[in-house]
Amino acid sequence: MRTAAIIFWLGTKELRTLIGSIALMGFLIYSFTFSVYQQSQGVPEDVNRASVAIVDEDQSTLSRNMRSALYPPYFKVPEGITADQIDPLMDASRYLFVVVIPPKFESDVREGRSPEIQVNIDATAVRQAALGAGYIQSILATEISRFANRNDSSSVLPIKLIKRKAFNPNGTNKWNRAVTGLLDQLSMLTIILTGAAILREREHGTLEHLLVMPITSFELAFSKVWANGLVILVFFTLSMLFVVEGAIGVPFAGSRLLLLMGTVVYLFAAAAVGILLATIARSMAQYGLLCLITIIPMMMLSGGMSPLESQPDWLQRITWFLPSRQYMSFAQAIAFRGVGFENVWPEFLAMCGLGQAAFLGSLALFRRSISATG
Amino acid sequence: MSVPVRTDDHLSVSNVAEVNNLKHVYGKTVALDNVTLQIATGKSLGLIGPDGVGKSTLLGLISGARKMQGGAISVFDGSMASAKHRNAVCTRIAYMPQGLGKNLYQELSVRENLDFFGKLYGQSRSERHARIDRLTQATGLADFLNRPAGKLSGGMKQKLGLCCALIHEPDLLILDEPTTGVDPLSRRQFWELIDSIRAERAGMTLLVSTAYMDEAERFDSLVAMDAGRVLASGTPAEIKATTNTDSLEKAFVALLPIDKQGNRKDLMIPPMISTEGEPAIVAEGLTQRFGDFTAVDQVSFKIHAGEIFGFLGSNGCGKTTTMKMLTGLLPPTDGKAWLWGKVVDASDLATRYRVGFMSQGFSLYGELTVQQNLQLHARLFHISAVKTQQRIEELVNRFGLTDYRNKQAASLPLGLRQRLSLAVAVIHEPEMLILDEPTSGVDPVARDQFWEFLIDLSRNQNVTIFISTHFMNEALRCDRISLMHAGRVLVQDDPRRIAESFGGGAHGLEEAFIQSIEKASRETKENSKATESTGASLQPMSASLVNSPRFPGLTRLLAFSYRETMEVMRDPVRLKFAFGGSLLLLLVIAYGLSSDVENLAYAVLDQDQTPASRAYLQEYSSSRYFLQEPELRNKDDLEARLATRQITMAIEIPPSFGRNLKRGGNPEVSVWIDGAETSRAATIEGYVEGAHAKFMERLGRENSSAQIPREQASFQFRYKYNPTFESIYAMGPTIPTMMLLLFPAILMAVSVAREKEIGTITNFYVTPTRRMEFLLGKQLPYIGIGMANFAILTLVVVFLLQVPMKGSLITLTLGALLYVTATTGYGLLVSNLASSQVTAVLLAAILSMMPTMQFSGMFQPVSTLEGAARVMGTMWPAAYYLHISVGTFTKGLSAFALLPDLIKLAMFPPVFWFLCVLLLKKQEK
Repeated sequence: MRTAAIIFWLGTKELRTLIGSIALMGFLIYSFTFSVYQQSQGVPEDVNRASVAIVDEDQSTLSRNMRSALYPPYFKVPEGITADQIDPLMDASRYLFVVVIPPKFESDVREGRSPEIQVNIDATAVRQAALGAGYIQSILATEISRFANRNDSSSVLPIKLIKRKAFNPNGTNKWNRAVTGLLDQLSMLTIILTGAAILREREHGTLEHLLVMPITSFELAFSKVWANGLVILVFFTLSMLFVVEGAIGVPFAGSRLLLLMGTVVYLFAAAAVGILLATIARSMAQYGLLCLITIIPMMMLSGGMSPLESQPDWLQRITWFLPSRQYMSFAQAIAFRGVGFENVWPEFLAMCGLGQAAFLGSLALFRRSISATG
Repeated sequence: MSVPVRTDDHLSVSNVAEVNNLKHVYGKTVALDNVTLQIATGKSLGLIGPDGVGKSTLLGLISGARKMQGGAISVFDGSMASAKHRNAVCTRIAYMPQGLGKNLYQELSVRENLDFFGKLYGQSRSERHARIDRLTQATGLADFLNRPAGKLSGGMKQKLGLCCALIHEPDLLILDEPTTGVDPLSRRQFWELIDSIRAERAGMTLLVSTAYMDEAERFDSLVAMDAGRVLASGTPAEIKATTNTDSLEKAFVALLPIDKQGNRKDLMIPPMISTEGEPAIVAEGLTQRFGDFTAVDQVSFKIHAGEIFGFLGSNGCGKTTTMKMLTGLLPPTDGKAWLWGKVVDASDLATRYRVGFMSQGFSLYGELTVQQNLQLHARLFHISAVKTQQRIEELVNRFGLTDYRNKQAASLPLGLRQRLSLAVAVIHEPEMLILDEPTSGVDPVARDQFWEFLIDLSRNQNVTIFISTHFMNEALRCDRISLMHAGRVLVQDDPRRIAESFGGGAHGLEEAFIQSIEKASRETKENSKATESTGASLQPMSASLVNSPRFPGLTRLLAFSYRETMEVMRDPVRLKFAFGGSLLLLLVIAYGLSSDVENLAYAVLDQDQTPASRAYLQEYSSSRYFLQEPELRNKDDLEARLATRQITMAIEIPPSFGRNLKRGGNPEVSVWIDGAETSRAATIEGYVEGAHAKFMERLGRENSSAQIPREQASFQFRYKYNPTFESIYAMGPTIPTMMLLLFPAILMAVSVAREKEIGTITNFYVTPTRRMEFLLGKQLPYIGIGMANFAILTLVVVFLLQVPMKGSLITLTLGALLYVTATTGYGLLVSNLASSQVTAVLLAAILSMMPTMQFSGMFQPVSTLEGAARVMGTMWPAAYYLHISVGTFTKGLSAFALLPDLIKLAMFPPVFWFLCVLLLKKQEK
């Protein structure tokens, strides 16, 4: 009871400070609206307007058909170049793909000699290269086969492959990017704000003042967690409803309430991480660097930016301990797959546990950090 | 209202400075209200009055450090409103701002500090050397040349500050409260030093502000100020004569408007009731060491309940540290302390209800109102709502805060804030008060009111009071005092008894202290030489040494760079974080972020179960990309397992698949892919198509009957630049782009914001430093750090990640240099926008994170972006460096091929500099 009252009153003080700060509110608004929106809109597809050139040494109907088969949005309208331009232009990153159609290609196809098409790929952009090459192959193959079988309707492929994408039938990139973007902002701001709140009190001397009062480190830390967490939760909810679902138009498959519950747990974990960092850092400069070192892996390895399966096994075992990874899979499961609590409780529990560990860790370091700066 | 000031009897003497109708406001607070005064050449003028009456503002304006709002100031026959004139005369003015060592660099040694100031005034090495020698000889700092300024005592810091101000032999020396927070001995030494300097440099004019009325006696003329206005001026004798008082302290009170004078009776202190019973505070051999520095050395005392115990000593002598140990904030290195017989224990909450604490400086919540601050603390002490209300009424009345109840604490003048702090400290009616310099900077009347309250608490409510102070007349009001110096207690007794042998009163007490500090100093050899000037002359330098360097601007620029470098080197943790952190991130991301998806869990729903269907499925199970999970039972099972992420892909083979295939019936195979993560879904789609095509091919080979059409054309893929097609070759050269942006930018941003917060930015305001010199000077070291980081990252990419570098290292280095200059330039820009370090970090990190990670081509080529994202990518330096890095590493491009990128990159720093120069003001607002 006593503890609850202290946590409550300290927290209301924190809320006043936070809401009163124009700069911080500005950051929150920027991050939860513009940032999230831009991140989802910037890259509509993984392969989007990829630059292609064609070296057409055949100059036949077929080769011209092939050239016009590549069009936006996946590809830019292909440009014609000559063979000796391939290397310099690819060096200059003008083209991601250069397709070479050999001489006598059309007639070779007609006579069933199975001529070879060369596709040069700038493999430094790994993901686009892999996907784009696949697209090119399938588009051109269809085109060639249509040409070859113009008068021969019988020759269809023996097995028809029907691909369906569950949870996102059109493979709209912005859905995933919107949710990832929202979650990234959430992690980043919760950690930075909560930690900075502690550092600010320490720099202004008010932290000392609180610690000579009958207030435990736990009460102090927890008041920061709930107050900062609450503000961010409000922004998160608004952003989820009006930016992600509203402006970006992501359909929400699962229970919003369940997602919010999980978000509360994650906010606790992230805020605890922020406090932990603030107790380690001795100055704002150090804190800024520590935040970078922590937040970037939390964002990049959470599974939002690249699939978890692509992490090596040893790394996957480590990233299990990132609360952001647990939250990412929790949020994706609810938002896209629409599952219930019975399917996400492991992530839920993991977030609770990880948050608690970070929180306890920061409490252990709390007093030590005060005296160290004495 | 203005009072014409006559500063000298000889009207023929010209004035160094003239101030006319000067006005200055901070928001709604009026700092200066129509001030007019003249400062005569070669004389000394003292500004007296408590803190917050506008003294500092006035001095800042005269020195040119602060931007004028209204009125006129002429210094050396020119208007200080003109930047050109300020620039011309700033070499003749020296300004030492308020606060111990406020304009010093705490991490730098005495010599480095002096050297830095010498460089700013364009002095050659030999000249600086000679000057430093002479100044430090004269001030007794010569023995401590290599000690960091932060580890000097308060008095020595001020002497160093003075030396720094004198290094360019100014004609006008402006000192803002130079002796506040300094022990009595150092204060005396300081003034002796000033006297000897004035004796040797007759033409120099001295302008000083002080809160100590006893010091004011030594000036040629005085100006008494209150609430932004001049109350009176004249020689000390004249002021005493007009007010009919015998001391300046009393004269000052008499000059105040009637309602501010308080009750002018001398405070009466009833004797202590008893010293029986258990002592309230006991300390035995308390010791605190920070590294090799002993802050508190074997301090012991016993304080009785209801006693007022005074703690005296200069700043940095260990008073605050001792208090922190008593409150449990700082566990002692050695020794023990007891409160009411219980050992001080940080986790003991019950004791804390009985103690009230007021820390040095203002430590309340500035953004809360008076009422809210009181309420918050009452609640934290669990005072009932009714009681709280009653208590707040009582305190607000008692401390005269009624009119300010709903004002934000930060907006109150210092005296009121101190009263609020005390009100907060006693809200829970504690039995003990620990007060750390509660009255410094408070005017005499307010101090008396404060003490009335303390005496009432002690004598009528038996509250134990442990208080530290700089004022001798306050010390005399204590029951016992203890003088600390350099971490040790020198004297501990009844103050009246101590003062007795030296003639009694505040002067006697001060004399007693000076003697005991001198004695202690002789023992420890510190300060020993400082007592007297060693006779080293402070005469102007001989002309042979005074030769200005050819490029004074460059010298100043490099002075800033050198200083910044030294500061960074003294805080290696920052560098460790920067280097270690970027290295760690490089490895984590390089290994962790790859799009080579393998071991994808999938399951099959085989409704056919024929050799044909099994043959088809074998294409998947034999692929290294897929990992087969137990077979699916039905459609529901398929959906459930996809939803719960047990599988990411499912294959459904319809009944009679085999039969249809044989008959050429074109059976359909359905594949479900988890599309929640879009890019992974796209990758899986590719793999599925691959496996499917392979089966078709096999089918074609095995069964060359006419039903299976032959492949019409074959595709040959050439993966240029990365033939094995591994993510690491793409990521290795990519990730440093991010590291070289974020780390240097944050370090840079914090560095300038920190100078603003600490106050050393004043040195930029008052020295002839130009904007570009300051900016570039600060930037150079961070460019260096960025390049060191570049070297480390490149080595790791080449040798650990084994990404071969095909192009020229020189091109890459050139690109990195331009890039790091651009990113630190961004940091500079951000730090000019931010007022605090917190905002600087937020701005530097949050604003740059998205354009760098998302829109610069790290994962998505800029050419594939759309809309605002595309624009942001093009306007951001990361995209160009990324291209240079990838181009050099994997494509082996020549400098010629990368020229467009290099040129674009080179355009960023000038843009950032331009914006910085626009934003950076050469004066404080």
